[in-house]
Amino acid sequence: MLDNAPRFDHLPAAPGVGYKPQHFTELRAEPGPVAWIEVHAENYMGDGGRPLAQLRALSEQFALSVHGVGLSIGGEGALDADHLARLKKLVGWARPASFSEHLAWSTHGAEFLNDLLPLPYTTATLTRVADHIDQVQSTLGCQMLLENPSSYLAFAESTWAETDFLAELVKRTGCGLLLDVNNVFISATNLGLSAQGYIDAFPLHAVGEIHVGGHDEDADDHGAPLLIDSHGKPVVDPVWALLDITLAKCGPRPVLVEWDTDVPDWPTLRSEAERAARALAPAA
Amino acid sequence: MTVSQSIFRKAILDPTQAVPEGLRDGANAPAGKRFSVYRNNVVVSLTEALQVAFPLVYKLLGGETFSRLAAIYVRQHPPPSPLMMHYGAALPAFLEQFEPLAHIGYLPDCARLDLALRASYHATDAPALAPERLQADPERLVQMNFALAPATRVLRSQWPLHDIWRLNFEADAPKPRAVAQDVLITRPAFDPHPHLLPDGAATWLEHLSTGKTFGAAHEATRAAIPDFDLAQALTLALQTGALTDTTKDT
Repeated sequence: MLDNAPRFDHLPAAPGVGYKPQHFTELRAEPGPVAWIEVHAENYMGDGGRPLAQLRALSEQFALSVHGVGLSIGGEGALDADHLARLKKLVGWARPASFSEHLAWSTHGAEFLNDLLPLPYTTATLTRVADHIDQVQSTLGCQMLLENPSSYLAFAESTWAETDFLAELVKRTGCGLLLDVNNVFISATNLGLSAQGYIDAFPLHAVGEIHVGGHDEDADDHGAPLLIDSHGKPVVDPVWALLDITLAKCGPRPVLVEWDTDVPDWPTLRSEAERAARALAPAA
Repeated sequence: MTVSQSIFRKAILDPTQAVPEGLRDGANAPAGKRFSVYRNNVVVSLTEALQVAFPLVYKLLGGETFSRLAAIYVRQHPPPSPLMMHYGAALPAFLEQFEPLAHIGYLPDCARLDLALRASYHATDAPALAPERLQADPERLVQMNFALAPATRVLRSQWPLHDIWRLNFEADAPKPRAVAQDVLITRPAFDPHPHLLPDGAATWLEHLSTGKTFGAAHEATRAAIPDFDLAQALTLALQTGALTDTTKDT
């Protein structure tokens, strides 16, 4: 359990974007409503060169969120001590306003599978993830945010609802949560649950950041909709509606637009950030 | 029914494995095709990472052959760490043993060139050696030490590696000649670039990088390669920012 009391004033309650190097010049010249950026931690763990130079320049203009995609917090094995040390180094010099990771696993033994893989919601998983979060928070010396996953399937062995599971992690570790409403929409559609019911059950008091993003549409073996978390398209209206519902309940929070594949030009991404700014306006 | 991560991982990397029991859709039916989303994410994301990391190999093979190669490689050699910027370090050695592409003898060296360019891109920043530093009196100059800049890489190839790179990435590049070529990679600012090294220069740079003084490196190189042209090698090294100055000022 982290001693520091949770603080959710780290990132501004304003729109942010997932940073893409091709936007470097335009983002700095014409940020529009963008007040902060998020970077994937692992892309900035080299020794030098353009990535680190860009991050240094950007952090002078924007609040920074470091978002890990490789820590494997849900892994059955111990956390990778080398990777944790690299994170500590990055957080040490980049001084982000927030660090977040995923409720997922990606490393098994000495293999990194480069995807966010799902976990069964059991008490054994809960204990293990809580221990790992404790280790991250005590190593980094700050609170971390944990992101809800996008689910394509469920585990028969699960005994916890995802929202209860996350609420219990907050209680045990003092971590905050990153609520990805696109993931909520995807998981609810894929598993036949109510997205609004999920938001109603979510521990919104612990939310330090919200994600929106685009997804692809497919179908499963029975023709049921199967949404894929691709981050390659504009945010769809039902996800914006879910954001409105969430903000109405919890008040303004930092809202990030994620667009990681088929990355559009800067004006297109900025217009998504402008849409997020409009969603935040009535909540302020 | 517990689905361990070991079982999950095995089923992801081996498409002939059945979907693990204990995985369900929303109606508690077997997950079926839903599991393929993870299989697909892993193989496609790793294939795309290799494609970005090995532009020369990709250009030589074309998308279809490269994807077939990657589908085999990613399953045999998943990334050993979450640092995807280093993924593919085992590809040159893998290609040395890979029968279906054995007819492209220069392919492993092309993979080494791609790796070296990427390593250079992420290497530590360091100021290049200023030419003025060489204007010391000759007796002092021969005692000076110069190291390779952290972003500098030297590749020796029995193939015309530099010509092959040029043919694939430069307009109006000549046809590769049937010669062995050594390649120097440097990164003056942020973008690494390969340069053709003249005869003996790779040996000279190796001597400098192992701590020999300017004078000793020249002598050792001349002993092995009598017609080594120091002026030519030094000019290239200075123009490309290949060296840093490690001499302690007295």
